[in-house]
Amino acid sequence: MLKFLLLANKQGHVRLTKYYEYSEISERTTLEADLIRKVLARSENQCSFLDYRDYKVVYRRYASLYFMIGIDHEENEMAILEFIHLLVEVMDMYFNKVCELDIMCNLEKAHMILDEMISNGYIVETNK
Amino acid sequence: MSVLQAIEEKVKAVEEKLSKMPPPIKLKELIRNIRAARTQAEERALVQKECAHIRSSFREEDNTYRCRNVAKLLYIHMLGYPAHFGQLECLKLVAQPRFTDKRIGYLGTTLLLDERQDVHLLVTNSMKNDMNHNTQYIVGLSLGCLGSICSQEMCRDLAGEIEKLMKQSNAYIKKKATLCAFRIIRKVPELMEIFIPATRALLSEKNHGVLLTAVSLITEMCEKSPDTLAHFRKNEELVPNLVRILKNLIMSGYSPEHDVSGVSDPFLQVKIIRLLRILGKDDPDASEAMNDILAQVATNTETSKNVGNAILYETVLAIMDIHSESGLRVLAINILGRFLLNNDKNIRYVALNTLLKTVSSDINAVQRHRSTIVDCLKDPDISIRKRAVELCFALITANNVRGMVKELIFFLEKSDPEFKSYVSSNVFLACEKYAPSQRWHIDTMMKVLTTAGNNVLDDTVASLIQMISDTSAYHAYVSQRLFKAIQENYTMQPLVQVAVWCIGEYGDLLMAGQLEEEEPIQVTEDEVVDILEKIIQSTVSLPITKQFVLTALMKLSTRFTVAVEHIKKTIALYGPSLDMELQQRAVEYSKLFQSYDHMRAALLERMPPMENKNISGSQIEKKNKNNKPISKVENTDVSAVQPESNGLLDLIGGSAISTPSIEPNRPQKESTDLLDLLDLDLSAPAMPMNQPAMLLQPGLMPMSNNMTNLMDGVPAMQPSTNLLDGDMGITINNRIPSLTAFEKGGLKVELEFEKDTSPNVINITAKSTNSTTYPMTDYVFQAAVPKTFDLQLHSPSSNIVPPNNSAAVTQLIKVSNPQKAVLRMRLKIMYNINGMQISELGEVNNFPPSTYQ
Repeated sequence: MLKFLLLANKQGHVRLTKYYEYSEISERTTLEADLIRKVLARSENQCSFLDYRDYKVVYRRYASLYFMIGIDHEENEMAILEFIHLLVEVMDMYFNKVCELDIMCNLEKAHMILDEMISNGYIVETNK
Repeated sequence: MSVLQAIEEKVKAVEEKLSKMPPPIKLKELIRNIRAARTQAEERALVQKECAHIRSSFREEDNTYRCRNVAKLLYIHMLGYPAHFGQLECLKLVAQPRFTDKRIGYLGTTLLLDERQDVHLLVTNSMKNDMNHNTQYIVGLSLGCLGSICSQEMCRDLAGEIEKLMKQSNAYIKKKATLCAFRIIRKVPELMEIFIPATRALLSEKNHGVLLTAVSLITEMCEKSPDTLAHFRKNEELVPNLVRILKNLIMSGYSPEHDVSGVSDPFLQVKIIRLLRILGKDDPDASEAMNDILAQVATNTETSKNVGNAILYETVLAIMDIHSESGLRVLAINILGRFLLNNDKNIRYVALNTLLKTVSSDINAVQRHRSTIVDCLKDPDISIRKRAVELCFALITANNVRGMVKELIFFLEKSDPEFKSYVSSNVFLACEKYAPSQRWHIDTMMKVLTTAGNNVLDDTVASLIQMISDTSAYHAYVSQRLFKAIQENYTMQPLVQVAVWCIGEYGDLLMAGQLEEEEPIQVTEDEVVDILEKIIQSTVSLPITKQFVLTALMKLSTRFTVAVEHIKKTIALYGPSLDMELQQRAVEYSKLFQSYDHMRAALLERMPPMENKNISGSQIEKKNKNNKPISKVENTDVSAVQPESNGLLDLIGGSAISTPSIEPNRPQKESTDLLDLLDLDLSAPAMPMNQPAMLLQPGLMPMSNNMTNLMDGVPAMQPSTNLLDGDMGITINNRIPSLTAFEKGGLKVELEFEKDTSPNVINITAKSTNSTTYPMTDYVFQAAVPKTFDLQLHSPSSNIVPPNNSAAVTQLIKVSNPQKAVLRMRLKIMYNINGMQISELGEVNNFPPSTYQ
């Protein structure tokens, strides 16, 4: 199952967060900061998966935006990697060439798209 | 009256002021402002100001801007600032009829609320209303929200509604309801039964979203309760149904909606395969039914893209988990092998991870890809290297140990420091298990020590020393090789520690030992001492290393003839050392030179070979049984032992003068001292794995070699176990068979048992005989038992054991055992023979059960 989804840019600013499991807000911010630091520190030739705390984190970079998804150990990380791409494609279609600003300024729309695709930590719709 | 008027006026003024307040800024503007903030503090101030605005606007019950304010609040929340004060506003928005309001309201509820809030009753009602709304999107919103915030009560309240919605014809609602159901059974598993009947219909749907969610739901149900799993297995249709869906997916041509780079809906495929895996686990029939389709997927999926590999990966996992045909399993492992060769690092990572999981069950199939795995050691990605190393260690067998270890040492040279300790200790373990020869083993370990440098763990050092002491044939070889190594470089602490220990123990062999193929090194005693001196003076040497050196020097004082003065001087140099431990050692050793010089040779004898770990392992177990916390071992630093060891020094001095026969009170006291020793000793067997305990060893050596033996209680007890064999056969009647507790150097001690009249007390008679041609004088026999026992040592019949077995010295030992614990005993024997002082230790662990039951 998906535990959280996190969007951040290269400077480490959070752009979108979505948690599918309850956690304290202070915990969230530390997790975000920590994870973003870890992901940003990884080089180009390292793989897109890393073990972080109890999660497997799958991340993918699009221009200056990093998409990170935390999953449990049951989930297929390759499929998630593909799902991130699907999500980006869908956003691309909706925003017509999506960029960081689109997501930032249309936060609630981005959330809507996300909610249509993931619900309760599971992928619900894969139709573009 | 005037007061009232005044208040009214004031209120009016405030109202006017408020109405003049500008409309709140837009979300975009807020974002722009926040982005423009240059420092954290500036941003914080901005956010706080905005929050204050939003608050006051909320307080006014401003309906027009509520929506915008909540949206801003959500942005602020995302940045990690508290925004809980907006919760109620969200609920108000949810209750609005407008879709935009509802949307933001639900989004806010999802993000800001959690199941722990008590505002839930309010939400539950509006959700219930929305679920019966006739616009599908509003129903969808409320379902989505329910999924993320539902508490147990909400689950119970709304489960019925959800079940109804699952049966609706609208696919959009259906899939969302299905995931809500999923959430509900996760929260309240008892509610699962309501949803089981609905699942069957879901699987016959065409819509992929519904199928996807249905499969997820069934998967969750199966994982949560074994009963449901059994139910689904019994259900004849489920597996064929899933297989059919999967087949359709593979066979169906291009469908633009669900196509991901040429593969039709990989997500659904992955989910179905995963469910198949759960259903097929431990169920041969179901496995049989899915074998074909899995094989089909495994062979037909295109592997040029990431998607195809994702499906293959899931398929491999399924094949490994179910009762699949052997051919299929080989196919699966081969797929993983192909993954390893893939250019994509993600795939290599996944493949290694999966191989790690399967290696225990299918080692032979994995072995075939060994060379590819070894290649992964050179991967640029550290996480791939890490997995590869783990896998390499899992793959080492007696057949390939040479090659694998060579590769690993090669890897060790280049790897990061964090790997080095892991690799070195694992290479050590692997060598210990599979080493083809001792010579190879030693050479390999030397190589590891020199390449890993300071990153070798302490316990590796300890076990290596143990191993060296075990292989007596190579003592000379080892010490010469090590000496050469530290001549070149003495900064690598682990190497230096091992080397110094060996030089100390086998210093005589260093000079005299002849090697077959290599030229013996030409060194003088002074040169050796010089090197040691350099090490102890070096600033890079750790205190522990220095302690090693000091003890080694002391040992060399008996092995070397010329350099003794030099050694004496060096040791004396550390008498005023600031390091407590070094000082103590130095002072004690110097004292040994002065006052007990006659004992020095005996005290500094070579350590007996340490037994292998299996025995020490069982000792540890025993120790745990005695409820001695392990941490004690850790804490038993030399300083903690000090009082006891001092006691021992006294004891040695004291017992040299007074024997038990002279002073009847004495033995009692001494045996308690010994008891203390025993206490200490309990922690000692762990020594090969534990550095502090290891430390003890050289530290105590000079005080008495008995002590050393005590530490090595294990080997000391060895002879007695062997000798017992003959006695075991004697049938036990009322008489308890006697046993030989000790036999060495012509001295034999037999123990005879007799139950005392008082319960739980056993009388043990120790009969000592002497088979040599010289009499043993000043014979002292002492025994110690664990603290749960009480021991009385009576005076012996004589303190001289006559030669040629002509007569036996008997001594009565009374042991009371109120707890009926397993009896163990440590022995300490001292005597003079032919002008030599001998001191021995022994342990008896094999008392017949009747002695303590």
